[in-house]
Amino acid sequence: MHHGKYRFIAGFLAAPLALYALFVIWPFLQAVYYSFTDWTGLSPEFAVTGLRNYERLLDDEIFWKSLQHSVALVLLVPLVTIALALFFAFMLNVGGRRRRGAAAVTGVRGSAFYKIVYFFPQVLSIAIVALLFQFAYNPNNGAINAGLRAVGLGSVQPDWLGDPDFALWSVMAVLVWCTVGFFVVLFSAGMSSIPLDFYEAALLDGAGRVTTFFRITLPLLWDTVQSGWIYMGILALGAEAFAVVQIMTVGANGGGPDYSTTVLPLYVYVKAFRDGQAAYATTIGVALLVVTLAFAAVVMRLGRRERLEF
Amino acid sequence: METTDTPPPPAPDAVPRHGVPEEPPVRKVGPGGRRGSRGGGEGRTLNAFSHGMLVLWAFMVVMPLLWAVMTSFKTDREIFTAPWSLPAAPQFENWARAWGQAHMSDYFLNTILVVGGSLTGTMLLGSMAAYVLARFDFPGNRFLYFLFIGGMSFPVILALVPLFYVLNNLALLNTLHGLILTYIAYSLPFTVFFLTAFFRTLPTTVAEAALIDGASHARTFFQVMLPMARPGLISVGIFNFLGQWNQYMLPTVLNTDPERKVLSQGLVQLAVSQGYKGDWSGLFAGLVMAMLPVLAAYIVFQRQVVAGLTAGALK
Repeated sequence: MHHGKYRFIAGFLAAPLALYALFVIWPFLQAVYYSFTDWTGLSPEFAVTGLRNYERLLDDEIFWKSLQHSVALVLLVPLVTIALALFFAFMLNVGGRRRRGAAAVTGVRGSAFYKIVYFFPQVLSIAIVALLFQFAYNPNNGAINAGLRAVGLGSVQPDWLGDPDFALWSVMAVLVWCTVGFFVVLFSAGMSSIPLDFYEAALLDGAGRVTTFFRITLPLLWDTVQSGWIYMGILALGAEAFAVVQIMTVGANGGGPDYSTTVLPLYVYVKAFRDGQAAYATTIGVALLVVTLAFAAVVMRLGRRERLEF
Repeated sequence: METTDTPPPPAPDAVPRHGVPEEPPVRKVGPGGRRGSRGGGEGRTLNAFSHGMLVLWAFMVVMPLLWAVMTSFKTDREIFTAPWSLPAAPQFENWARAWGQAHMSDYFLNTILVVGGSLTGTMLLGSMAAYVLARFDFPGNRFLYFLFIGGMSFPVILALVPLFYVLNNLALLNTLHGLILTYIAYSLPFTVFFLTAFFRTLPTTVAEAALIDGASHARTFFQVMLPMARPGLISVGIFNFLGQWNQYMLPTVLNTDPERKVLSQGLVQLAVSQGYKGDWSGLFAGLVMAMLPVLAAYIVFQRQVVAGLTAGALK
């Protein structure tokens, strides 16, 4: 009997575990090891060089720029996205006015429609979104500047992605644009599980919309906000930022004019697959790993508070 | 209507341990604000402002998409001279050009092959691993579980540098089956995490009855447990489908053969090549062509898609 059970366990775990170990775990371990070598990626020979890559990192101006941009993304993008999404979700679920004969509590009219529309960007590939906005941002014939001209702001014609002062903000705006809808829907789901009595009690006490939001909705939703924050932060540090910056921004190095939009994952990619400096690329990757874990730890710590049971 | 999209029922067990408030599995009438006694001016201003914001955001989401659809029917000249006006005569040949000459048909085919293979593999291997980890006690169970879910928070790009050479040594680089295996491997952490929680919520008695009746463990899994786990499988399946269909970083690094490009990287390729040719209308047709099927599928399966994707963030 037990013999059969263990054979079954081994049989079921073998394939997934082997694939996962070979394609995910092993490369991760290798990557950390390679960061202590001078491996180019082009030839199989390399020597262990200790901390030399890390010393080089400290003097690498482009690395510091990438780090700065990645940190800016991970701090600002989730903050703006979540603030907007909380506002919209609150309006859609709690913000409706009282209608005679209707249920006591509702969202605004048409909230189902808004939720469907807001979610559109989430189902599109980030590559499609990035390409679309690349054209929209085009200074001469893009939709945005043409729109500004149409409303009489013809004198305001920024060179969005081509201007080092605007490029990173333009990238952030795209990331916010494509994730707000997801959080609206996520927070709506969370808000719908808050008991109605809480709102009714607040109303009886004469609380307004703003007070209700800060005193009832936000505290009870806090755990969802926190896990959403970490989820968004990991995307803003990793795959999404890579795709948007790599596709959208100009410059020979793919990091915008004068490296004004380069981010850590893109820098890893450039060093490993264009410059043939695989070992140094993994060193940058390890720095990215440290930033990611630090971010997650900080958000968890900030968010630690008494668990509200309801 | 507005509050029926609570996260899918599978979540309840997973939820408390991962720091999200407990969600009653039943759908309930949404909370709403009864602003009964709100008087005149101030309330109305706030109301107008809030409604304005909602409308504005809907407008901002829809406009770029409509603009793209409109642009895909224009001539190149119109695109440059009048970005916001309607096409004088719809240019359907833009679409034909994108589909044929610009290889959109190949990119679609490659994507369908890759996602077809990887989604099947992910669901099969993911549910097998999750089932064993959720239902059987054995030494190392906890370790393997955390090994799997640890993969969710690490930056993938770090692993891609050595993985490129691992695949190269296995002769899997720039092949569709190599890409399929990679997609499966990188989808496992979330799939295992989600389905482990889901299998724990299912009653044990049915499986026990099947075992007593003489079914083997494997048969119990395929004929009893998998059908019971259907709602969870659908949620995580949609999540994986969209993630793999839209995947950009993995193919960009690991699949550079122009013949084998998938949709997302094919579009970027198209942007570069059509940019040289000045064929912007063809490019927009390609973009819209890639965009519409996913949007259409989303509108049809709206509730399932939302449930599947939001389940993703409740970790």
